[in-house]
Amino acid sequence: MIRVQREDFDVGVELDKLTRGNRTIGGLASFVGLVRDLHDPQEDGVAAMTLEHYPGMTEKMLANIEAEAHRRWQLDASLIIHRYGRMEPGERIVLVACASRHRDAAFDACRFLMDWLKTKAPFWKLEETASGERWVEARDSDDAAARRWTKDPKAAE
Amino acid sequence: MKILYFAWLRQRVGRAEETVDLPDGVTTVGGLVDWLKGRGPGYAAALANPALVRVAVNQEFARLDAPVKASDEVALFPPVTGG
Repeated sequence: MIRVQREDFDVGVELDKLTRGNRTIGGLASFVGLVRDLHDPQEDGVAAMTLEHYPGMTEKMLANIEAEAHRRWQLDASLIIHRYGRMEPGERIVLVACASRHRDAAFDACRFLMDWLKTKAPFWKLEETASGERWVEARDSDDAAARRWTKDPKAAE
Repeated sequence: MKILYFAWLRQRVGRAEETVDLPDGVTTVGGLVDWLKGRGPGYAAALANPALVRVAVNQEFARLDAPVKASDEVALFPPVTGG
């Protein structure tokens, strides 16, 4: 299941809903991404962040990424919630969760969802600082993380 | 053709979306980007560095050699930074 929403979410409630009633699930792995105030000493701190997205394509890409995780691992349930709009440091941005009979599939699929989401889902972060606004730049390390999951490295480009 | 712009590309172009009449001869994503560059200084600034421009056609990522037609929805944006 995927959800794109402005409002915050309750991690406990979401994880409980995901596994409730399915007694074959043996492991549930989850990841929560937060707005952070981490910056170079010569830069201003992050007062807030606004996430812009491409309505329509966002949902389509998240659904594709989730479907790919189900092709690669035996998952009983999965969830991606991604927020948009303005958030302050400490607020939750994203939740991904994967449930499976065994923990390896749950851990691996969870990491896969985050790695692919970061390079394929159309979101952009705009940081607010004392000296003005700045767009967050994409990181090469995120591309490298996404490539780890590519079966044929040449097909990733 | 409907064209959408996001993030700093939207700011540089100066609009979030527009509908354009596709000129004859523009048949690919790359051709469209080259044509857009000539529409004004904002467009030229937004599209100056091809390494920082991603294109989606009908909400799917598309390469420069992908075909485009008048009924498509095309979006231009910088590399994504969600998660």
